[in-house]
Amino acid sequence: MTFELLLQMFPIALMFSAPIILTALGGLFSERSGIVNIALEGIMMVGAFTGATVTVLLENSTPAAAWYGLLAGLLAGVVFSILHAVASINLKADQVISGTALNILAGGLTVYLCQIIFHQQRTRAFSNGIQKFSVPGLSDIPVLGRMFFKEIYPTFYIAIAMVFITWFVVYKTPLGLRMRACGEHPQAAASMGINVAKMRYFGVLVSGALGGLGGAVMVLTADIQYTLVSIHGTGFISLASLVFGKWNPFGVLGAGLFFGFSTALSFYAKDIKFLAGLPGEFFYILPYLLTIIALLFFAGKSVGPKAAGEIYDSGKR
Amino acid sequence: MSYIVEMLHITKDFPGIRANDDITLQIEEKSIHALLGENGAGKSTLMSILFGLYQPDSGSIRVRGKEVKISDPNVATSLGIGMVHQHFKLVHNFTVTENIILGMEPHKGPVIDIRSAEKKVEEISKLYGLAVDPRAKIEDISVSMQQRVEILKMLFRDAEILIFDEPTAVLTPQEIHELMQIMRRLVEEGKTILLITHKLKEIKEVADVCTVLRRGKLVGTVSVADTDEERMAEMMVGRQVSFHVEKGPAKPGEELLRIENLNVKNVKGLLGVKNLSLSVRAGEVLGLCGIDGNGQTELVQAITGLTKIESGKIFLRNINIANLPIKERTDLGLGHIPEDRQKHGLVLDFTLGENFVIHNYYEKPFANYGILNKKAILENAERLIREFDVRSGQGAMTPARAMSGGNQQKAIVAREIDRSPDVFIVVQPTRGLDVGAIEYIHKRIIAERDRGKAILLVSLELDEIMDVSDRIAVIYNGEIVGIVDAAATTENELGLMMSGALRKTHAAPQAVHV
Repeated sequence: MTFELLLQMFPIALMFSAPIILTALGGLFSERSGIVNIALEGIMMVGAFTGATVTVLLENSTPAAAWYGLLAGLLAGVVFSILHAVASINLKADQVISGTALNILAGGLTVYLCQIIFHQQRTRAFSNGIQKFSVPGLSDIPVLGRMFFKEIYPTFYIAIAMVFITWFVVYKTPLGLRMRACGEHPQAAASMGINVAKMRYFGVLVSGALGGLGGAVMVLTADIQYTLVSIHGTGFISLASLVFGKWNPFGVLGAGLFFGFSTALSFYAKDIKFLAGLPGEFFYILPYLLTIIALLFFAGKSVGPKAAGEIYDSGKR
Repeated sequence: MSYIVEMLHITKDFPGIRANDDITLQIEEKSIHALLGENGAGKSTLMSILFGLYQPDSGSIRVRGKEVKISDPNVATSLGIGMVHQHFKLVHNFTVTENIILGMEPHKGPVIDIRSAEKKVEEISKLYGLAVDPRAKIEDISVSMQQRVEILKMLFRDAEILIFDEPTAVLTPQEIHELMQIMRRLVEEGKTILLITHKLKEIKEVADVCTVLRRGKLVGTVSVADTDEERMAEMMVGRQVSFHVEKGPAKPGEELLRIENLNVKNVKGLLGVKNLSLSVRAGEVLGLCGIDGNGQTELVQAITGLTKIESGKIFLRNINIANLPIKERTDLGLGHIPEDRQKHGLVLDFTLGENFVIHNYYEKPFANYGILNKKAILENAERLIREFDVRSGQGAMTPARAMSGGNQQKAIVAREIDRSPDVFIVVQPTRGLDVGAIEYIHKRIIAERDRGKAILLVSLELDEIMDVSDRIAVIYNGEIVGIVDAAATTENELGLMMSGALRKTHAAPQAVHV
């Protein structure tokens, strides 16, 4: 592989990384508060659908349509995640089952709404999604400039900013301490006067916001319209990044970049001599294969929040 | 009057049980006030009311002379009432300081000010002699240290009235001694302590005043200095209690359990039991004593089939059971009161009645042609509940999980003794029980002995071993270092053997082999 090729891969790899990082950070909030959120895939779909639809509907009236699309995707994610919060916090449902139900619902719901709005099984194609840009000055730095600052989607910077914000909130603020306590030992948190249900609502709704944003980012950077297969498992890859990154924002960043590059690899494999012999399908499988491997090796180790997935029972000793 | 807390005429009902019946409790400032009662006497309920976890059905609470309504733990905290829970409420991967400040974090702007918090924790820790490292993670510190973190949590919140719920249940004798000193230090510094316990020794050692509850009713409040242990025990149980087990001489018969050259690995993969030989005869109680972790667990699990052995033989009436499934061992007449009652003793989500027939649910009368006979199961449960005084909210229908620890223990003891197994492995049978229940269970164990059963009693309580056993085997580092006559030995001699300083192998009738 030539160095030139690697440089070429950077912008596209970072494009794929952004939604994975954002969504995985969403999962981090949810699981740190004690709620397993397997619905990330569905949340991304809802966010992607809403983002694409708003962009299509607004693009004739404003040049910033795609940005409104991102915001709309974020809000739609919040609304959709309320279902998961109500089911798993108020109704004490099994969180994995609730999440699975939402994933199935998301597919049906988005296609149904497409049918109503656009009279087809997908949204209309938007003419302009989020535009690439180059950071003035920084993009002229040799090598590094081409890697991180030239012809880059701004969504990647949003993702990086979110990593730092998440780290700050989770590890430095009282809110973060309380939220983590709810994910580790909710009875202990409750005994210190913390409202466990409230903290968990916060965690799930933030995961909805970031998952919805992630979905909108994905469709508005890597696609031209929303279809049933726009997200194609990226929510689960995000979940794997969360596990792979050991529920830590910087770990998530690393895992997100790793999966971003493995996705980008499938586009460049033909140009890399020693990989060109392998069938192209192999590289499309790669991110998912790595997801399974990551989960196999890391999911069993109990590094995650202890009480995540457990229904909160205030009377438990 | 300088009563800091007064609970007046408190009554609290739960489904099927009146937990507190017109109880009045008045606590003087800067004293250690003990609350004594059997398992299920209503101590924990009364304290939960004071801490705001339950609301009383009638009665009133006064704190510093003012009538208050404690609707939740936050109100209790603001009144200066703090509680050290029996089961600690600590986040295992947080630091000591993080656990302490949780819920009222000092902060600079939006950021937690961990430095100043650590400093304050260190100061408080020093003032009361708690010796806690504010930066240590909970999972890395000992149980007694964790308990001190719980104490610090209350002190950090400026609690004046500290409730200790059975604080010594998880501690070693040395740690108990340290805790007593900490309590005295707290009182010197102006705190008031409310100590919930059923251990008379502790009350005698540390408390000023003692209030006794029995079956939800107030028996009385006495000055500890003027009341002896026997009198307090009588108040608690409602009759005279003998601290000594009444038993005639043993009439040992044939060997029912014989262990030959047994080797068992422990969880670390090392030999926990080394080439151990032992025998128990019909009609005798063989006590096995030793410091916790010297191979008792491995030995018991090997006999009962909970773990695989490396080599050796275990004979039950001349049948080698060493590699038989647990079920077959049980059917051959092996009984077991396990060390971990929640893991090996009960199915916590089953009802009490179902747990009672866990060995023989498929036999008549409990099942007919493969269908459970609820009526027979219920009758069986009611009989055992009556006989062994197992207390629970809904009788036979109570889920085992909802019962107090002491009553869970009674339920297991009841089930196993009722089966009257020929070889009975009894591990810590009276753990967490009060004197009345202990007396009864010891009596039943002796009765089993007199019916010609072979009993292996494993206990960490030296008093229990010396009182109940006929012979005592001492285990040290996986080996039997001596077997002595219970009537002839002393606590001192056993202590030396338990620490490995003294060996008396000549007294042991070791099986001879070629």
